Amino acid sequence: MRRQNNAGPPVFEVRGLTKTYTMGEVIIHALRGVDMELFARELVVLLGASGSGKSTLLNILGGLDSAGGGEVKYQDQSLTHAGEKALTEYRRNHVGFVFQFYNLISSLTARENVAIVTEISNDPMTPEEALALVGLEDRMDHFPAQLSGGEQQRVAIARAVAKRPLVLMCDEPTGALDSRTGIRVLEAIEYINEQLGTTTVVITHNEVISRMAHRIIRISDGRIARGEENPSRLPARDLKW
Amino acid sequence: MVRAINRKLLRDLYALKGQVAAISVVVGSGIMVLILAATILDSVSLSRDRFYHTHNFAHIFSNLTRAPEIVFQRLEEIPNIAALETRIQAQVRLAVPDFEEPVRGKILSLPDGEQPLVNRLYLRLGDLPEPGKPGQVVISEPLAEAHALKPGDELEAIIRGRLETLTITGVALSPEFIYQLGHGDLIPDYERYGILWMNRRELAAAYDMEGAFNSVVLTLQAGANQEMIKDALDEILGPYGSVGAFSREDQISHRFLQDELDQLRVMAIILPAIFLGVAAFLLNVLINRIINTQRQQIAVLKAFGYANSEIGLHYGFFAGLIVIIGSILGVLFGLWAAGGLVGLYAEYFRFPELSFRLQPEIVTLAVAIALTAAMLGVFKAVAGAVRSPPAEAMRPPMPERFSRGWFDLPFWNRILDQPSRIILRNLSRRRFKSLMSVLGIALSGALLLLGSYQFGSVNHMLDTQYRLVQKMDIHLVFTDIVPERAGTELLVLPGVHFAEAYRSVPVRIIHERIDYRTSIMGMEKDPALRGILDQNHAPVSLPPEGLVLTGYLAEYLGASPGDLLQVEILEGHRMTLTMELAGVVYEPIGVGAYMERRALNRIMREGPAISGAWLLTDQTRHHELFQRLWESPAIAGIGIIPRAEANIRQYIEDTVLIFMGVLLIMAGSIAFAVIYNNARIAFSERERELATLRVLGFTRVEIAWILIGEIFIITLAAIPLGWLLGTGFAYAVNQAISTDLFRLPFVLDREVFAFSAAGVLVATLLSVGLISRRLRRLNMVLALKTE
Repeated sequence: MRRQNNAGPPVFEVRGLTKTYTMGEVIIHALRGVDMELFARELVVLLGASGSGKSTLLNILGGLDSAGGGEVKYQDQSLTHAGEKALTEYRRNHVGFVFQFYNLISSLTARENVAIVTEISNDPMTPEEALALVGLEDRMDHFPAQLSGGEQQRVAIARAVAKRPLVLMCDEPTGALDSRTGIRVLEAIEYINEQLGTTTVVITHNEVISRMAHRIIRISDGRIARGEENPSRLPARDLKW
Repeated sequence: MVRAINRKLLRDLYALKGQVAAISVVVGSGIMVLILAATILDSVSLSRDRFYHTHNFAHIFSNLTRAPEIVFQRLEEIPNIAALETRIQAQVRLAVPDFEEPVRGKILSLPDGEQPLVNRLYLRLGDLPEPGKPGQVVISEPLAEAHALKPGDELEAIIRGRLETLTITGVALSPEFIYQLGHGDLIPDYERYGILWMNRRELAAAYDMEGAFNSVVLTLQAGANQEMIKDALDEILGPYGSVGAFSREDQISHRFLQDELDQLRVMAIILPAIFLGVAAFLLNVLINRIINTQRQQIAVLKAFGYANSEIGLHYGFFAGLIVIIGSILGVLFGLWAAGGLVGLYAEYFRFPELSFRLQPEIVTLAVAIALTAAMLGVFKAVAGAVRSPPAEAMRPPMPERFSRGWFDLPFWNRILDQPSRIILRNLSRRRFKSLMSVLGIALSGALLLLGSYQFGSVNHMLDTQYRLVQKMDIHLVFTDIVPERAGTELLVLPGVHFAEAYRSVPVRIIHERIDYRTSIMGMEKDPALRGILDQNHAPVSLPPEGLVLTGYLAEYLGASPGDLLQVEILEGHRMTLTMELAGVVYEPIGVGAYMERRALNRIMREGPAISGAWLLTDQTRHHELFQRLWESPAIAGIGIIPRAEANIRQYIEDTVLIFMGVLLIMAGSIAFAVIYNNARIAFSERERELATLRVLGFTRVEIAWILIGEIFIITLAAIPLGWLLGTGFAYAVNQAISTDLFRLPFVLDREVFAFSAAGVLVATLLSVGLISRRLRRLNMVLALKTE
């Protein structure tokens, strides 16, 4: 599957990726041969039902899990055979993560939650800049418990992008939010993608969200079912569900 | 069909097996200490009571010089006496085959060929001497064991200067000599002191006591007035040289046994109270925290429609099962250890049999305490968990509330990185929980200190007694009171470098209503071989007049310097004097009263007389020296001080230190269990955060620091607190085990503190090692998805 208006070499190149889990005596084929490319600056929505393998794919792309078979390349670097140290290094400097349940450190303020990442990366923005990007410049000294769910998720986005990653991985970023707050969060992701040009992968089972993507990849039963360009993109604020 | 919720119970127990095992160890240790102490106490006192009862142990004793047998009829007329026995007792010296040193003994008469009515013998081997057959004796079991003597063997004895060969017919125990102590000794020396029983007719002939007696023992009817009977005895026997009737409280064997039982009784209360109290506290905290890590599950169970009471019951069973496992371990190991320790007590306290039983009420008490502590922990945690609506389980967890602390000042901002800030905020946010963790670890460190401090104090005590107080190496007791010059004659004996004489007078010291039988030791103003120490262990001189008492005795009598004491002289002409308490001295072992020797001679209305001497000798010539002393009829007893030191050291090692050794093992187990649990729970609570940080690109070492740093800060805070608590525990135990026999000085060496701290640190390192394995296996994906 290839994006037609090719914008330079792909950031990710996935070839014949498989992954199986053994759960007790049952072997689960989570990925059954995925071929895919992701390009710089694009916002891709990975759409699939639960159990389709989309989280497994995201975990492998994000360096949280190892591939079973096939090849995953990130900018000419193979992730398939990367060791623990290389994967930590990869996560530390190249990938930003946004989780469904935010996963902020409850003992740190918003600013400090971002600082925890900027302190260990090579060329970060300041926590203040990162929080300004998601519109939280006034809430920087609040602890997670003092923030709403949407605000917590925006802190998580600021934390993910503060290291200036090439890729932003978002796993059901609106899954735990109501639609109004969810849209506010998607606006932040959209803004980051436009302003910083970060390649962004959003996985979701919510069809509506795919309408903001440059490209939609449908995944089912461990395979790419369909990949399509989205010529009629909607801005996040116009989404409704 | 096992209900699903009960399966969950069993699976949870299995999944948390490390923690379950650790908590069981804590509970088990607490219960074990109680079972151990209570069983030893029960066993010794039960054995004693049975022996006293079945063998008619006398209630009242009286020793005299010589009374004709006709006096027996007058004694019989005293009302309320159950059984009365007159007898002959004498000192004897024995030569045992293949044993070079002299053996001292006491020989008592038996009604010809029969058991006495009072103080009956328990015959372990053989028979009583046959009536009319000369030269037959029964000997005490410890003497027989020490020299491998059995019925049929022969002994040589010097009876009134005549060497006689005695044939052993039996080996026996007597309720009168459960603690078989030679004159002037503190610890039994079975090789060098023994008891013998002989038919009265023969003993009377040997000691010129035909138709006479010099000792009376009797038992009382229920409700008899002891004082009236003692007065009646004294009135009848006074003219025959009685030094006053005395009851069991002043009988040597009974008094030492009672002392030991009193000490055990206090230990059986104080040590289990500390151990079980600490265990109960830790159990409460640990159960509470384990259940707190299951809050989500509790919410899910509620969502399914389980009632709060059912959830409470579920976790009640969970904690109950842990307590039961711990209790079974504690009872089994407690009984096992008690069996071993009771065996050691049996070395010193000789009973026909040591009764040994499991006391259900003690087990019930221990388990009830543990269960209550566990259930309080369950109640607190479950009540907290069920308060929140079940929907919370479906929502992402609410971040905990945090606020800024003292370390948010600009200065710290420059120093601290975010991980350090996480540690400090976690500690200060959960102040109560952190405090409980610190307290829990401190208590385990305190138990380590408690279990180890006595090892150092024992050395300290023996050093004081044998380097500063008793500086002689031989202690001689004369048969009679002799003029002062006899002391200088000792210098001509082989190997004697220096001799110093003393005069010893048996007395009863009375202050207000409290009295104590001991001897006044009359010695030089500044004795060379006998140190007199003040509280700071500095030597002091004896005052020219007045009585000086061991501090422990003065305290027992409730007397302080300047007070007037009644002193009843129990020798020669009985008289009661009033004397001033001139001072108190410090002695860790034994109880004594001291006077300047000439002042004592004056109140005894005698010239410069002595009754014993201390020697400083050449060790290499001891054999020769003992040979000469052995031949002299003027010497009643020979005490070898280095041997006495070795005996008392052995005694303390066998009883107190082995007991403390067991406690130390318990304390170590508790320390490890608590610290491991603490680390394990901290890991559960942080698992999600740590996984998040791993995803964000932190290395394993970096996230390990967050967890381990917190554990170490808690450990470091706990160590000094543990010292403080442990010092308190040690002080309480130290006060409790002060006895007539010895007082352990309250000395805490630096090593004890170092040991407590090292124990806690080693347990922490081991725990951290175990937790590191979990950190290595930390599953980033699962940790993010679940919860």
